[in-house]
Amino acid sequence: MSPRFVVARLGMLVVTLLVSSLAIHGAMFLTPGDPATLLVGGSRNPDPAVLAQIHREYHLDDPFIQGYWHWLGNCLQGDFGKSLVYRDSVAALIGDRAGTTLALVVYASLLVLAAGTVIGTVAALRGGRTETLATTVTAGAMAVPTFVMAVLLIWLFAVRLAWFPVYGSGEGFTGTLTHLTLPAVALAMTWIGYVAQVTRTAVRAELRSEHVETARSRGVPERTVIRRHVLHNASGPVFAVSGVGIAGIIATAAVIEQAFGTGGLGALMIEAAAKQDMAVVQAVSLVFVVVFVVINTAVDLISAALDPRAARKGAR
Amino acid sequence: MSTPPLLRIDALGIDLPVDGEPRTVVHRVDLGIPEGAAVALVGESGSGKSLTARSVLGLLPRGAHVHGEVLFAGESVPRMRPERLRTFRASEVAMVFQDPRAHINPARGIGDFLIEGLTTARGVPAAEASRKVTAILREVGIPDADRRMRQRPHELSGGLLQRVMIAAALAAEPRLLLADEPTTALDVTTQEEVMAIIGEARRARGLAMLFITHDLELAAAVCDRVPVMYAGTTVEELPADRLRGRASHPYTRALLASRPSVSDAGAELRSIPGRPLSGFEVPDGCAFSDRCPHVRDLCRNERPEPGGFVEDGTAACHFPHPLTSEETGSHA
Repeated sequence: MSPRFVVARLGMLVVTLLVSSLAIHGAMFLTPGDPATLLVGGSRNPDPAVLAQIHREYHLDDPFIQGYWHWLGNCLQGDFGKSLVYRDSVAALIGDRAGTTLALVVYASLLVLAAGTVIGTVAALRGGRTETLATTVTAGAMAVPTFVMAVLLIWLFAVRLAWFPVYGSGEGFTGTLTHLTLPAVALAMTWIGYVAQVTRTAVRAELRSEHVETARSRGVPERTVIRRHVLHNASGPVFAVSGVGIAGIIATAAVIEQAFGTGGLGALMIEAAAKQDMAVVQAVSLVFVVVFVVINTAVDLISAALDPRAARKGAR
Repeated sequence: MSTPPLLRIDALGIDLPVDGEPRTVVHRVDLGIPEGAAVALVGESGSGKSLTARSVLGLLPRGAHVHGEVLFAGESVPRMRPERLRTFRASEVAMVFQDPRAHINPARGIGDFLIEGLTTARGVPAAEASRKVTAILREVGIPDADRRMRQRPHELSGGLLQRVMIAAALAAEPRLLLADEPTTALDVTTQEEVMAIIGEARRARGLAMLFITHDLELAAAVCDRVPVMYAGTTVEELPADRLRGRASHPYTRALLASRPSVSDAGAELRSIPGRPLSGFEVPDGCAFSDRCPHVRDLCRNERPEPGGFVEDGTAACHFPHPLTSEETGSHA
């Protein structure tokens, strides 16, 4: 991996973040009415004195770019402003809820990685009926929307069978685990299907490839051929799609947090949007965008380290 | 032949499943390679020569059905059990493939590729395997072997990569080298170098070779005997020095007549009328009957056997071309 590639990717990361932060900040000005009204929580008859104070605090009378820089500078220092709805600093609100979301996302990501790659690999290596079955089931998993999956899982495992709690985020490690299992499964399902399909295709392609024929022609034991040539070479695309999957999980976490009432950043954002608490919406959006973009960049860089050819293609 | 050949292929036939239906793609291949000798299997693409080479390694696609016999030092390759087949591939026969770019794992290092055959298939310690392959790399004309060992396939040119493949094959210390069009994917100047390297390595080791090619000139230049394949059948088998003008089978003769020549550069290129058939399209009679200029009724109804000794070779033809006195005299 050339230093030029790393620098180019990191440069792209910064540019993406700048552009998206600009969009997030600008969205406040695109909404009809006075941004200050949004910041107080959109009440019908705001006190003019309060509005004036907000104008000062949020530098709303400054030219747009200047206001943006001011906001961005504060965000970079961890100061996301104050939520007027919750009467608390936005940073504290985020801090309180980030743990649950992190646990949910990590749980779901592990499920995606483990189940997706294992199902895909077994399907490709076994072939025949196993492969047909795996393809059908994973295609089904991909087709069901996350919120429908959430309702189905709650109905079956929480209501009918009562194996898992219906609501909340639980206390302690085991509590969190039991409370987050259904949300994590619901969140992971689509991406398990995706990763399994990509894994199956990649492993299939490698099994048929010429370099695998070479390895076999040299008397390399079949297990070694599978490990060193088939799985090693298939790991590139699988890793790449898993990265996109994890980023996608972060993006859809809000739906699941709302459906299962686990609380968390996504739920916070939905509530804040409903109450027009713009400072919170902006800050949470920014956090999501940063995590999403950072994960994508990390996936790119790691893919390039795994397979130098990817870096050469990407740098062109 | 007084000594029994190292490799004998006897009436080899291969059926492959095509859309679930078994199709005969190789009808009948007969050839023998004595210890240390070089044999060139010549034919157009689709004639079944690559499949024949792979059958020597037991490396046919899943679902392939083999009849006839492939004997290596008296042992039947199709009847080998998986474990024996593995040790056989690891130590007795090595293959150099056509396209090194596709046949060397692009995601692994050159050194890794070179030592893999020794470390994983034969249990040689990595350090010892490295020393050995480094020496062989120098022998095949790669001077900065240590640096190359640390590089990746995409950093090497095609010619260099093919040398790496040859070195990997030689590292296994095989008795027979299978070379499946090893120069086809390379440019012309590199082709000569690669052939020279294979030639030297063979001489130094007394290595036998089955050379797969569609290039008659090259076949005649590097090999002792030349079986010619058409549509899944060896139609003629003859010594390389008889290839020029003294072949007996109409297909071999037609093929030789179609070569471009430097001395007669202005002349229009001749071609064989009709199109080459795949093994599974062959009619009941002689596979070449539709394109043969000397075809008679017998040719369309009855498939010729490879008997009919013609001088020092065989031709599977009902009416092999008789050697005229002029032709026999020209090479005496």
